[in-house]
Amino acid sequence: MSGNNIIGEAAIRAGCRFYAGYPITPQNELTEYMAEHIRKAEGGVFIQSESEIAAINMIAGASATGARVMTSSSSPGIDLKQEGISSMAACELPGVIVNIMRGGPGLGNIRPSQGDYFQATRGGGHGDYRTIVLAPATGQELADLTMDAFDLADKYRTPAMILADGMMGQMMEPVIFKKAKPRSYPEKFMLRGAGDGKSKFIRGLLLDPIDSEEHNWKLYRKYEAVKKTEVLWDSYLTEDADMVVVAYGTAARIAKGAIKRLREKGAKIGLFRPITLWPFPEMELRALSAKIKNYLVFEMSTGQMLEDVRLALQGYAQIEFHGRPGGAVPTPSQLANVIAKIYDKID
Amino acid sequence: MSKIIFQHPQSLKHNVFHYCPGCGHSIAHRVICEVIDELGIRGITIGVPPAGCAVLAYNYFDVDMIEAPHGRGPAMASGIKRALPDRIVFSYQGDGDLAAIGMAESFHAANRGENITVIFINNAVYGMTGGQMAPTTMLQQRTTTSPTGRKQALDGYPVKVCEIFSQIGGVTYLERCSVSSPAGVNKTKKAVRKAFQCQMDGLGFSMIEILSMCPTNWKMSSVDSCKWIDEVMTKEFPPGVYKDNIAALKKNAEGQS
Repeated sequence: MSGNNIIGEAAIRAGCRFYAGYPITPQNELTEYMAEHIRKAEGGVFIQSESEIAAINMIAGASATGARVMTSSSSPGIDLKQEGISSMAACELPGVIVNIMRGGPGLGNIRPSQGDYFQATRGGGHGDYRTIVLAPATGQELADLTMDAFDLADKYRTPAMILADGMMGQMMEPVIFKKAKPRSYPEKFMLRGAGDGKSKFIRGLLLDPIDSEEHNWKLYRKYEAVKKTEVLWDSYLTEDADMVVVAYGTAARIAKGAIKRLREKGAKIGLFRPITLWPFPEMELRALSAKIKNYLVFEMSTGQMLEDVRLALQGYAQIEFHGRPGGAVPTPSQLANVIAKIYDKID
Repeated sequence: MSKIIFQHPQSLKHNVFHYCPGCGHSIAHRVICEVIDELGIRGITIGVPPAGCAVLAYNYFDVDMIEAPHGRGPAMASGIKRALPDRIVFSYQGDGDLAAIGMAESFHAANRGENITVIFINNAVYGMTGGQMAPTTMLQQRTTTSPTGRKQALDGYPVKVCEIFSQIGGVTYLERCSVSSPAGVNKTKKAVRKAFQCQMDGLGFSMIEILSMCPTNWKMSSVDSCKWIDEVMTKEFPPGVYKDNIAALKKNAEGQS
């Protein structure tokens, strides 16, 4: 299946019954998949919205009723969703947002890119909040992490994002869908009409600054819990490495290919791949720096995750950077040449 | 035997309104609550208040509510209604919310024929932010952002929402009323009831535009504000039924069954 279709199928299998979206390349196959398949599931709703803004607010409304919800878009469309993502974080509404990144800034192009790392991991919209960000690097991970994203969004009652790119969305890979966990989302958080009981309201507006401050601290404590328990990463051949490449998503796939080539020539190079971009595997990377002192950050951007790597390594290791922004994607052999030059310079 | 002919609506909380003296919001709130009570739908109703003066509507409506970002009420209401088709869902929106920042969401919810009810409060000004020009501000009307009066050449024309929405295929019921007189309030209540009934019967999108007083930002007395609606605003925004497909849709439904 194509990456976009894998996400759609995984979402439906995870119990997603409400999808709203607006066409934008390179994620259209996902919207089309949902149009065809979600309505076949009992209670499944698909709406082609008039804009990305409307889509995120539609899923926010459906989420408030207790439905499992998802929307998807690509970079410029994700800009428009930020108002709603901030609002969902404030109102503590779970939901999954998929960003199949393309070149930017502005309309950029429709080629794969990783230019939205800051937007995804720093909140994106206004206010003091975080979004859980998962970065799959294989078709299998697209399936697994999409399903996990729904569980994480529910667990912390906050939006979770799948951050992939045009390459991940368009490529075809075999996949095995795991069994979805049964959902346990407390009814007390759902808005379904008061019945004979007390009415409820969901809001993010807190005019009293003391109430608002406490709400912000409450969200902060939640984010601290996420940081403590939900960090995911992967490493490849780091045991004996003299140098480690840090990359995520498509960039990590390319880096893995490059490292395989260089290993054949005897270069001791490994890969550290963050899977959760927020929370960033800060402690895990820092632990690695106890024995490995040379790092190369590779991103399909001018250097965004680079800042998190610097924060994690705190000056205890040498960090080089290689970036291909704006939709440029190097081949593994091109990247291998770059890595080899840097590797040759280390002691 | 005594008979209760007037009481506090069950769906209206016992909180003191924060609205300014002479404001039309509290009347509109009460009218909606009376209708919810009469239709017996309090327990299945979900409301979506806007950004603006009515952002605190959940302090007054004793029904489930969720706040929407500015202008996004109809999108959120669409999501709620599609997820729970047997609930009664309404959005409550001001003129800036509906006809400026949220025009796209309002237009397309109407065009999809979402089975929701929109209560549209038109007071020709942005109230909560301190009296700036609204899409429905009258020509020559002074606001803080049209200090010498709204000029067509610079600011465009007042947006006539009912006239525009009457052309949209998905709209079933559309009426403009005012709460500037007792007769107007009675008419408004009938219209709101008709709109909610339309939704309960599954007949599609309904919207009631309510011309409403904003004495504070109009810099008028409460009495003069009512007069201004009756004598000035209604010339630009004539009250009346702008679209009523209820009977036709019912007939169709009967023909099919």
